[in-house]
Amino acid sequence: MNPVRKRRLIITLLILGAVGVATVLSVFALQKNMTYLYSPTEVDAGEAPDAHPFRLGGIVEEDSVHRVPGTLTTDFVITDRFQSIPVTYTGILPDLFRVGQSTITTGSMKDGKFVATQVLAKHDETYMPPQVEQAIAKAEKEHRVPKTDKGGGTP
Amino acid sequence: MNPELGQVALILALVLSALQCALPIVGAWRGSKPLMATAPTLAIGQAVFVAMAFGILMWSFWINDFSVAYVAQNSNLSLPWFYKLSAVWGAHEGSLLLWMLILNGWTVALVIFGGKLPEAFFSRVIGVLGFVAFGFLLYMITTSNPFLRQIPVPTNGVDLNPVLQDPGLVFHPPTLYMGYVGFSVAFAFAIASLLGGELKSTWVRWARPWTNVAWGFLTLGIVAGSAWAYYELGWGGWWFWDPVENASFMPWLIGAALIHAQAITDKRDGLRAWTLLLSIFGFAFSLLGTFLVRSGLLTSVHAFAFAPARGVFILAYLAVVVGGSLLLYALRAPKVTGGKSFALASRETLMVIGNLMLTVACAMVLLGTLYPLVGEALNIGRISVGPPYFGPLFLILMAPLVLVLPFGPLSRWGKADLKVWRNAFIRIVALAVAAGIIGFIVGARGAYQLLGITASLWVMAGVVLFAIKRWREAPRGHRYPFEMLGMMLAHFGIGVFIAGAILTTSMSVEQDVSMKPGASVDVGAYDFHFSGVTETEGPNYRAQQGTVVITRNGKPVVTLHPQKRTYSGGQVQTEAAIEAGVFRDLYVSLGDSIGDGAWSLRVYDKPFVRWIWGGGVLMMLGGFAVVLDRRFRLRRAVEPETAHAGPEPAAPRKLAEGEA
Repeated sequence: MNPVRKRRLIITLLILGAVGVATVLSVFALQKNMTYLYSPTEVDAGEAPDAHPFRLGGIVEEDSVHRVPGTLTTDFVITDRFQSIPVTYTGILPDLFRVGQSTITTGSMKDGKFVATQVLAKHDETYMPPQVEQAIAKAEKEHRVPKTDKGGGTP
Repeated sequence: MNPELGQVALILALVLSALQCALPIVGAWRGSKPLMATAPTLAIGQAVFVAMAFGILMWSFWINDFSVAYVAQNSNLSLPWFYKLSAVWGAHEGSLLLWMLILNGWTVALVIFGGKLPEAFFSRVIGVLGFVAFGFLLYMITTSNPFLRQIPVPTNGVDLNPVLQDPGLVFHPPTLYMGYVGFSVAFAFAIASLLGGELKSTWVRWARPWTNVAWGFLTLGIVAGSAWAYYELGWGGWWFWDPVENASFMPWLIGAALIHAQAITDKRDGLRAWTLLLSIFGFAFSLLGTFLVRSGLLTSVHAFAFAPARGVFILAYLAVVVGGSLLLYALRAPKVTGGKSFALASRETLMVIGNLMLTVACAMVLLGTLYPLVGEALNIGRISVGPPYFGPLFLILMAPLVLVLPFGPLSRWGKADLKVWRNAFIRIVALAVAAGIIGFIVGARGAYQLLGITASLWVMAGVVLFAIKRWREAPRGHRYPFEMLGMMLAHFGIGVFIAGAILTTSMSVEQDVSMKPGASVDVGAYDFHFSGVTETEGPNYRAQQGTVVITRNGKPVVTLHPQKRTYSGGQVQTEAAIEAGVFRDLYVSLGDSIGDGAWSLRVYDKPFVRWIWGGGVLMMLGGFAVVLDRRFRLRRAVEPETAHAGPEPAAPRKLAEGEA
């Protein structure tokens, strides 16, 4: 092999090696760090993992938000108008957290309650994650529950 | 001014862009001078009409013309005037118009400064930019017209989203778009080279300042966005690996790689195919960024309401631009490759390693960002991929880059002197370890922190060594040409950034607390005393304003006033109060009233957080500084090509090692 070829071969092998290692790492890390989003219906059906954290998405049910006096703990209920899951969260809620609005919480189930470590409400209040929207549309169709207010016009 | 005029202007711009794409390229192909000569006129004409449309939209905001639906949805009578004007790009339609305006700005700049390029090449470049403009104008006119009327005319507007009522809106989108769109120039150069079937290293040299400026702007845009999220979203974080942040970060990574690849192609004539490929991908990721933000496909803080037609259009456009470019690349690249070979131990190798790590990191980010979409398409569930994936992987991928970074500037092109590496290695290790020990004495604990400090000083020490070397070896007046200065600034910025990121992450104290007026809480070395909440008013909001007195060892430090604002549209927005400092930020954000007169408060002590953005600003300055270099002044296009492709004129041996 002439020196130029040899060098090219070494560089190519280096590149392939680096890309290979990166791919393996990425896939491994992906598998460990994916969190799945479930709707209350799916959680109720027992589809959500027991020990592993997951995301629960839906609407904050009307008249369900209660603060535990003197603490930062808030209890509320997330619903897809089909099934409801009680949620408890300790911390400061985001500005756009409101009853009747969509939200996504991250946490895990404990004694029939979803203990949230993070509550997300998006900074466009008319925005609803497509998944939540679908679940609610389905529930509305099947149950004929009143239409959920999704806010005003499109920003 | 009539909004319909704006629409007409857009349609005229569309027609001109189609001509700007077709005529010069056909002209270059046929060798027709008159056709090629249309390029500057068409480009300027298009820019005039787009600027007119932009001006008309801005005017509609200024005079509160709520008959324009876009104005009605994003403005309000009581909105302060500067937000009224920046509300032009506060939502989808207007931000596209800003994108177009900036694209035209870049094109006109190219017409002004690039007039000395060979005519055929210049025509192709302008033609490619015309194609890009055509796609975006078509998209705007068919799916996202900002001039749509609304009947009946509302008496007042809905108001601008309160999150956007911030100086951040004035700077973040325009600078970010300057960066995104700026990569279109390198892209156009690459496509023009491929179309013409030849690549001269001087053309790459001419593309370099544009890439550097674009990258500088992109850096600024990302820094502005990060700082904005830090104080406005009330979370106190500076990077969330949110899909939209990733969308801007991917072109940044590719841009950083491209800057170095272009330098190699310019100076050593090597890596030509790679440079072309990166030019294509840099712009492709800019388009993808626009697509990700605008489509609403991903769950993100930026997600806009989903409009399928918009998503499909951009997807198709992306497919045409990227697919077409790559096809062209596959057909033509073998014709334009070549260049000088280099030894394994050389500056080129180090830069290739850097390039490799940057592109692999970009691929990693892309995988994590798009995986949820793939997962949904394949029906394996709704997935989200968060910081636990991105953070550690990014650190692992950047480690080799940080490791080799100080050696790049210190080694020679072609074949490095290993003795120089060894000496530099010893000195840098000594400096970094000494600094690490000092850090330990000062109070840094934990492997993560010490490693971080060492890595940061490793990079900075490398830059300092290089500066000393140049000072000793180069003649006065030639020590730090702007190109080299830019490199040093940017590399030093990386060191500052690493220090900021690591120290903030590891030393921050964050607490959510409930406090009654009169209560105190200790955070770090500081005492936060909550004195209560009062009502106050702004131009278009009412606010509950907390008062927090911060003391250290009994001595007053500062009094902060965090607010919870209720805007006239009814939206609630938290305004954090921050005492910013070079070495630490004190951060208070007001939560809710939780009964019994108590309030929830979020209090942070964030050391070194400004260094993160300081590092970014240094990188930006580096990108800008490079442009001033004499090397990039365009001489007449009369074939200077061959003269500079060769090695640097024989310099004294001693000097050659650090030669740029």
